[in-house]
Amino acid sequence: MQVPAPFEYERAESVDHAIGLLERLGSEARLVAGGHSLIPMMRLRLANPEYIIDINDLVAELGYIRVEGDHLHIGAMARHQELLESDILAQHFPMFRDAEKVIADPVVRNRGTIGGSLCQADPSEDLSAVCSTLDAVCVIKGSGGERIVSMHDFHQGPYETAVGDAEILTEVRIPIRANGGSAYNKVERRAGDWAVVSAGAAVWMDGDTITDGRVGLAAVGPNTTTIDQARDLLQGAAPSDELFAQVGAVCAENCDPDTDMRGSAEYKKHLANELTQRSLRTAVARATGQEA
Amino acid sequence: MEVTINVNGVDQTKEIEGRLLLVHFIRDSLGLTGTHWGCDTSNCGTCVVWMDEEPVKSCTVLAAMAGGRRVRTVEDLEQDGVLDPVQQGFIQEHGLQCGYCTPGMLMTSRALLDKNPDPTEEEIREAISGQICRCTGYSMIVRSIQWAANAENAVTVGASS
Ligand SMILES: Cc1cc2nc3c(=O)[nH]c(=O)nc-3n(C[C@H](O)[C@H](O)[C@H](O)COP(=O)(O)OP(=O)(O)OC[C@H]3O[C@@H](n4cnc5c(N)ncnc54)[C@H](O)[C@@H]3O)c2cc1C
Ligand code: FES
Ligand code: FES
Repeated sequence: MQVPAPFEYERAESVDHAIGLLERLGSEARLVAGGHSLIPMMRLRLANPEYIIDINDLVAELGYIRVEGDHLHIGAMARHQELLESDILAQHFPMFRDAEKVIADPVVRNRGTIGGSLCQADPSEDLSAVCSTLDAVCVIKGSGGERIVSMHDFHQGPYETAVGDAEILTEVRIPIRANGGSAYNKVERRAGDWAVVSAGAAVWMDGDTITDGRVGLAAVGPNTTTIDQARDLLQGAAPSDELFAQVGAVCAENCDPDTDMRGSAEYKKHLANELTQRSLRTAVARATGQEA
Repeated sequence: MEVTINVNGVDQTKEIEGRLLLVHFIRDSLGLTGTHWGCDTSNCGTCVVWMDEEPVKSCTVLAAMAGGRRVRTVEDLEQDGVLDPVQQGFIQEHGLQCGYCTPGMLMTSRALLDKNPDPTEEEIREAISGQICRCTGYSMIVRSIQWAANAENAVTVGASS
């Protein structure tokens, strides 16, 4: 029987209270949101915090999904199930629903949060790939105020983020641009498992021309990542199967998966290529209102 | 630390360690051994209980996190000596063999039918996809849940006509 090492439990009543507790308790304190990454790690003693600060009472403050101006704002405590069911999210960024359908299982999705997902910074985390593809920014709060960090700078290595010891991720913000479409595809070994590889794509169109396009991959390197070369190829191009094949090939070339129990590096590169093409095809179809 | 959790309608106050998992609170502190515990990886789902009306894996929730919240376990399905239709369905359609996975399966299926009284086979399979059964091959579990849905829908139709 595996149980966590001893720690002291505290419950935060507000974002500011959580920050105050983090400041007082120091670097041995950890926030717990859904707990579905942290508690398994504590059971395995891969994480041994001295203090746990429970932020589940912050759902009222940080559980929102809403449009404000030309951005979609998602509070850090929005849970997977809410992201899956949110119509406003599916309307603006359908890749969220594609991804949420295949993240973990329905019971885990009742607990896990977007904040916990991004802060876990697991190289296979699907929502990190989604947020990178959509060029999201993260709002991080400390006693000195808020700062905004791009997804690119948010992840600083496997399991490492830009969130400081006495800071909390409060919100993810995604720019809404006209004539966009997005999609996400994942290959997993069995229902509820982490990705062998996932690929997301988002495009923005002007008539028949892709004005901007992004691809984000999970489980192909130390962090979820966007592929700059894909963006270069997509910008200004007209969608075609040849273009998608070219972009798929470039994504496979520019990622660095390891051989592990989920598959060989070669197989994962094959998936990166194929899944990129599928996501691009659907993203364009959605942007142009031609989804089958 | 002291924690009060409402379990099956009764406030339970206990002195616990912060690291106590909810599944152990239920089984060891309260002696409600209907909830099973089967893995250390949050994968098997036999530990599923409801917290504030939603199915959760109780091996992946700290008891302290459940403080002040409502928990419902498999013991609460039977009311006044009458089995819940999902329990009846598992009997009628042989939804269990060893019974290890059953408490989690029952709690998830009850939640599913409360939300979606007439689920398709696909929706049933999706709802239990976070739970592992090593005996039945799942088809009998699916049929058990369909049995319960049909039984409940028959009663509702009967009542309104
Ligand atoms: C069986 C199983 C299968 C899974 N499969 C998948 C999958 O296929 N794809 C996938 O992407 N994920 C998967 N997950 C992970 C799941 O999505 C988790 O819910 C998620 O990784 C973490 O979210 P959480 O809210 O539970 O975070 P927690 O476990 O509570 O926290 C994770 C980390 O983030 C920190 N943290 C949490 N919130 C904040 C915040 N607001 N500010 C700063 N730091 C914070 C914590 O201190 C901790 O270090 C799976 C999990 C399980 C148990
Ligand atoms: S004991 Fe909780 S998921 Fe296996
Ligand atoms: S009945 Fe034996 S594990 Fe399901």
